[in-house]
Amino acid sequence: MRSTGRHARASITHQSVRSTSRLDQTFERLKTNGEKALIAYLMAGDPGLAETEELVLALEKAGADIIELGVPFSDPIADGPVIQQAAERALRSGTSLRKILLMVAAIRTKSQIPLVLMAYYNSIHAYGPDRFCQDATAAGVDGLIVPDMPPDEAGPLRGPACASGLHLIFLLAPTSTAQRRAFVARESKGFVYYVSLTGITGAKLADMADVGTNVEKIRKLSDTPIAVGFGVATPQDAARLSRYADGVIVGSAIVRQIAAHQNGGMVSEVSNFVHALKTAMVPGTAP
Amino acid sequence: MNTKLPRQATIPDQQGRFGAYGGRYVPETLMPALLELEREYAQARKDRAFQQQLGYYLKEYVGRPTPLYFAERLTKRLGGAKIYLKREDLCHTGAHKINNAIGQGLLAKRMKKPRIIAETGAGQHGVATATVAAMFGLQCEIYMGTEDMQRQALNVFRMRLLGSTVTGVDAGSRTLKDAISEAMRDWTTNIRTTHYILGSVLGAHPYPMMIRDFQSIIGKEARKQILAAEGRLPDCLVACVGGGSNAIGLFHAFLHDKKVRMIGVEAGGLGVASGKHAARFSGGKPGVLQGTMTYLLQNEDGQINLTHSVSAGLDYAAVGPEHSYLREIGRTTYTSVTDDEALAAFDLLAREEGIVPALESAHAIAHAVQIAPKMQRNRILLINLSGRGDKDVQQVARMRGISL
Repeated sequence: MRSTGRHARASITHQSVRSTSRLDQTFERLKTNGEKALIAYLMAGDPGLAETEELVLALEKAGADIIELGVPFSDPIADGPVIQQAAERALRSGTSLRKILLMVAAIRTKSQIPLVLMAYYNSIHAYGPDRFCQDATAAGVDGLIVPDMPPDEAGPLRGPACASGLHLIFLLAPTSTAQRRAFVARESKGFVYYVSLTGITGAKLADMADVGTNVEKIRKLSDTPIAVGFGVATPQDAARLSRYADGVIVGSAIVRQIAAHQNGGMVSEVSNFVHALKTAMVPGTAP
Repeated sequence: MNTKLPRQATIPDQQGRFGAYGGRYVPETLMPALLELEREYAQARKDRAFQQQLGYYLKEYVGRPTPLYFAERLTKRLGGAKIYLKREDLCHTGAHKINNAIGQGLLAKRMKKPRIIAETGAGQHGVATATVAAMFGLQCEIYMGTEDMQRQALNVFRMRLLGSTVTGVDAGSRTLKDAISEAMRDWTTNIRTTHYILGSVLGAHPYPMMIRDFQSIIGKEARKQILAAEGRLPDCLVACVGGGSNAIGLFHAFLHDKKVRMIGVEAGGLGVASGKHAARFSGGKPGVLQGTMTYLLQNEDGQINLTHSVSAGLDYAAVGPEHSYLREIGRTTYTSVTDDEALAAFDLLAREEGIVPALESAHAIAHAVQIAPKMQRNRILLINLSGRGDKDVQQVARMRGISL
């Protein structure tokens, strides 16, 4: 069985594979400076792709180190209501994976901030895994998170991702066993995404000490940086988590700001919030 | 027929694959629970005490074996093949769903999970799960699309009567698909205390395999019963296919009987050409939804399409992965009938045989109406009457402008 995506190939110039990715360089630079990565999540196409492009550039200036771009999907099983509704808005505005890659290529003419896509597997399956890896890397995507694809099912993506230099980022959860931790930590490239809570995106953040313990367990298994996400709502949350991890991922809290300011002031409001998050993460300023 | 059918024990494989279909496409948070469930189920399957317990409840509580009834008047009326009905509508709670709910309820107890959750479309699986929860003393929450809650109001009240919480899901198409997503989110959040009793041969491994096994009692009984009644196997099996658990349950015991044809009937809604249907094999292509790789109704970008059927239990964008596999190797075939054809069959069975079928099962009857007259009188057509239609009476009355 093969996927037969029939849409026109994104008009993206294929470049040679970089030796070290933007993602790796960013984590190295931050480590040297004693900083932690702020990974800001945006739903691509919420409210439109032009706004997403503008937000990416603005959030880079506001202090985001890495941008995670959600690819909207009709049935996002790992997401809470905030991101579900953002996906619905993005789909209504006509967003598709192909258009997102074109936007990424446009961003790359202006910025070298690492860009990670978060896409449910069916979007990639419909596009065609091989073609997706080539086109995504050519457009300037650095990493890929597929929330409904554990490494056990990553077979069709691993080869093409590796060949094009696209990092496959996998997730670990509080429920992960020692065996799963070892497996996922080994498979994950770019960073390991540690899910701070047993639940879906935007839920209430769990016990910080628990996060610390689990991050330490992962660190013993891999040199890959560890970023923590799910349930990070405030600069205080980001500050606390950045003590344990190499990066902090903020999703629903940013998307909520975007939803609340659709009628004006969105870019400046979201930038202010991201600036507050990053400021809180600088060592010594944490509350 | 050019079938290469591996022995039952090898399907699915270790990764939960039925050929290219199936698998485990879930968030990492769920992986340990799926692996635990797979281990527990593998042990329970071999555990004589567990099997005895299951057999006890199926006999004494569900009322198995269900009869295989020769529908004499329907046969005469259609003027072709002899029609037999496997009477799953006579199971306690009114549908085959309880076979699986009992099995998984026992597993939940075995895993010491005090809480169970389930999704439901037509409400039959929800009622079966709520029933099992009451009987085993488990806490229970049922997710149901708000559109389905409206068309199946009676079953919503039944579930609440049985002590379960029914939570409406107001996302997407507000039907079965959205109820499953919400149940998966609940399970992701409450995994340590909760077992998710999925209702059809869908979702991530081991669900399609495990639910198939629990439902395969239907075909095992039917095979014995038809041999006793006719001294030979049927020529053709017909079952409706939403997720496809009643169909796989009937088909499985006959898979190696190469002369027995098997037909799954999907929901044709307003007609496949209208785009308002749930006929995955006519209008869909392979993809991943809610944990499994299978045939899906989706657009070019892989977004899941909205479906339509008069029958809430068939109104779903994906089909069980084993059906995709059996179709691919040529062992089973699939067709669809429209809402109107199903409604006509609903009336026909009520008037000819005094049996009001579930609208889901009426799809299987409707296909039999089409093929039986073309078959010789010495042929045997065995239809799975997967559920009874009491739950649909209000909806059908409403559609006819009658207020009860």
